[in-house]
Amino acid sequence: MRRLELLIPAAVLTLVVLAVLFAPLLAPHQPLEQNLDDVLGSPSAQHWFGTDSLGRDILSRILYGGRVSLSGAAIALAVFVALGVPLGLWAGFTSGPADRTITWLADLLLALPTVIILLVVLAVFKDNEVVTMVALGVTGSTSMIRVVRGATKAVRGQVFVVSAEGAGLNQWHILRRHVLPHVRGPITVQATFFAATAVLVETSLGFLGLGVQAPRPTWGNLVGESIQQIQPAPWFLLITGGVVALVALCVGLVGDAIRDMTATEPDLPSPSRPARARPGTASTSPSSGVLALENVTVCHGGVTPLVTDVSFALRAGEVVGLVGESGCGKSMTARAALGLLPDGVELVSGVVRVDGADVAALSSAARRRLLGRLIGYVPQDPVPSLDPSFTVGSQLAEVVATEPGLSRAEVRERCADLLRRVRVPDVPRVLASYPHQISGGMAQRVNIALAMALRPRILIADEPTTALDVTVQAEILDLLRTLAAEQDLAVLLVTHDWGVVADLCERAVVMYAGEVVEISPVATLFARPSHPYTRALLRADLRGSTPFSQLPTIPGVVPAAGAWAYGCRFADRCVLAADECRAAPVPLRSTPDGVARCVRSDELQKAEVR
Amino acid sequence: MRRVIVKRLAFAVPLTLLASFLSFVLVALSPGDPAVTILGEGATPEQYAALRSQLGLDRPLVIQYGDWLWHVLQGDLGRSIITKEPVLSGILGRATPTMSVIVGTTIVSALIGVAMGIHSGVHGGVSGRVVDMLSLVGFAVPHYWVGPALVVVFALGMPLLPATGYTLAGLVLPVATLAISGAAAIAKQTRDSMRATMQGEYVRALRARGLPERRIVYRHALRNASVPVVTVVGLLVVQLLSGTVIVESIFAIPGLGGLAVASTQQHDLPMIQGVVFAFTMVVVVVNLGVDLLYLVLNPRARVA
Ligand code: SF4
Repeated sequence: MRRLELLIPAAVLTLVVLAVLFAPLLAPHQPLEQNLDDVLGSPSAQHWFGTDSLGRDILSRILYGGRVSLSGAAIALAVFVALGVPLGLWAGFTSGPADRTITWLADLLLALPTVIILLVVLAVFKDNEVVTMVALGVTGSTSMIRVVRGATKAVRGQVFVVSAEGAGLNQWHILRRHVLPHVRGPITVQATFFAATAVLVETSLGFLGLGVQAPRPTWGNLVGESIQQIQPAPWFLLITGGVVALVALCVGLVGDAIRDMTATEPDLPSPSRPARARPGTASTSPSSGVLALENVTVCHGGVTPLVTDVSFALRAGEVVGLVGESGCGKSMTARAALGLLPDGVELVSGVVRVDGADVAALSSAARRRLLGRLIGYVPQDPVPSLDPSFTVGSQLAEVVATEPGLSRAEVRERCADLLRRVRVPDVPRVLASYPHQISGGMAQRVNIALAMALRPRILIADEPTTALDVTVQAEILDLLRTLAAEQDLAVLLVTHDWGVVADLCERAVVMYAGEVVEISPVATLFARPSHPYTRALLRADLRGSTPFSQLPTIPGVVPAAGAWAYGCRFADRCVLAADECRAAPVPLRSTPDGVARCVRSDELQKAEVR
Repeated sequence: MRRVIVKRLAFAVPLTLLASFLSFVLVALSPGDPAVTILGEGATPEQYAALRSQLGLDRPLVIQYGDWLWHVLQGDLGRSIITKEPVLSGILGRATPTMSVIVGTTIVSALIGVAMGIHSGVHGGVSGRVVDMLSLVGFAVPHYWVGPALVVVFALGMPLLPATGYTLAGLVLPVATLAISGAAAIAKQTRDSMRATMQGEYVRALRARGLPERRIVYRHALRNASVPVVTVVGLLVVQLLSGTVIVESIFAIPGLGGLAVASTQQHDLPMIQGVVFAFTMVVVVVNLGVDLLYLVLNPRARVA
């Protein structure tokens, strides 16, 4: 498919270029050969494209005309590349005064309308085609300079270039071996699009009667002539303009195809989606919690499972930790609970209940009303989670004002009150600030205030302190604990930090490779973990000693989504793994005060006791 | 904030100087001799020399440029070699039609392009493909082909609109000719930046606060997505200065583009210089406007 998108326009272009190149051999008539007995003849066997007002064969004139137009475009393209690539490389590679000068000049040149500059050149050099096309290449090269400079800077910043420089290689070598291969893609794309632009501009000038003059045909002046005959012979315009449009379109298509091929982002596969399972009534018994997930399975693209069969519930006033290494599906589970999954990811089966109601069964408007009012959300990255274009005050007011019947003064007072409750010291200043003007810790307080604005009963916090300084982390956690206790909030706290769990949570849900492996009260979990993964995580953290450190890793890695083992998904990293573990999927089994997904969980308990 | 504005203004001055100096140098270096253009081939060497010194052409280049600039600052752009008309009045007399075409096209392109871009950026699907196709076609199909094609259909085929001339109805086809590619370019940029914005973390956070989707799209995402769109609109205006040259020729509109072409054909250098200067001023004003809009739209840009 991709290949066809490149091959077809490339083939058409090659044909046109070859036909123009071999015009003297292919043209059925001489381009200037007149026949006043056969003027403006319609297309016929003798004259495939008809004849013009002097009875000249249009096909032959187009073939010869292409020689002027295409060679003009080729000159411009050559200058464009010869000037743009080295200057762009130079600017991107050196930075400093050379870079600033080149960029400044390029910006200046970019600000001038091309055709106007070319008109001056044409006026001064009396219709000199070559000079004009050189000028076109020079003015156009600004875009090449920009792109190459940007790409070079990006490559230069990468480690391998820095290290290559350190190894004492000369600059030219680095440029050729390391930089050029990476900027070749953008260079090709730029050159392709400029080639199309050059053809269009060259023919526009010809159309205006500038450049190479009639009777010598060019694609541009042929269009100009055809417009004079638009009434009696509309096909003349159709053909002459059509040739140029066809060439420009094919060059553009080639450019698009090359850009798609050299683009760095891999396209996600888009497999057909299976019908969405709607268990509804068939699900397990409704739980008593304010927030309950029942057998939730989330897939990417409808096929790759990210989270499988996750069930747990939060009671009012309870703080539950959702724990695991990155890539275990914690965040995806939290987002499923919020009902805000990323594009391409969906809830394939299972039920999310908020206050007993199946969220999927609600209308989208009703679902939206749950957000903010029943469920609040505290994000991981505080500053990017605030709209950069609005002040903190206006973002707070926007949420507060969704409650009907508040006067402007009441809204303002309530915003200030919310900030005071999250212990913002200088309320008026923060209200008037834009997100980029406040610190990360302050921004996280604002996010919490925004989440609490409509007094929800559930708070979902996705690693709320990971992005913050250690000292600020403690303050934010303290704030969350106080709010939860004061307002009887159910909090789902996604984290990979045992310190946070120990500090705040009553229970913990441990996830591994997209599934729940253990749910236990925190006290039990720390004393007697029921799953080898929990134990390994705890031990890894203890070695890390400081209470807020991130988890040092357990040997091995979390398997990628979709690459999970048929039996126990932890078996490859588990010190207790046995044959029975790999034989069949391991179900969740009850433990004295929770659940665990391990066939040898009893032995583990005994081992811990000893 | 004020520092930022001053900085932007400071860029406009060298831009104007560079553009005028470039055109001035080009003219001065031109192989043709204005004295010959004016007097024809048959005059005596003394007559040529006299005219040259009368025109000030025997002085050093920098002096000539300074002199020209000094006169420009006083509103004197010189006289046309061909018609003897003052360049300034020639330009002012032709400015309105050109500005109507440019302003009209910009408004139409922006309205259609932004609307299409938002739709395809938020909903994707078919409208995404339409925008892709349109932008390629808008890029590849030359204005000198679209214009006459519109004339054939709407002026000759069914006589709804006049084919030529500068009237309100006469502006419809020229604006349509230019707006197809303009709207396509704006639609593509709007689509891409809306798409990126809608993936943003704060959009997720806004949704989590239960705000209506319409409000998220139009108040928050659009505002943030608009910065690159404004850039493209600014570039479009600069390109339209080129496009208007073609369109004025097709539709016989008595504007600056036609003046530029005619002066080019007659090698009327003072007139060309004047037109370049006028167009550069438009570019300078547009760039300043774009920069100021950035400041309004993006609070982060307000710190120098
Ligand atoms: S089931 Fe086996 S492999 Fe899996 S965690 Fe338990 S002991 Fe380890």
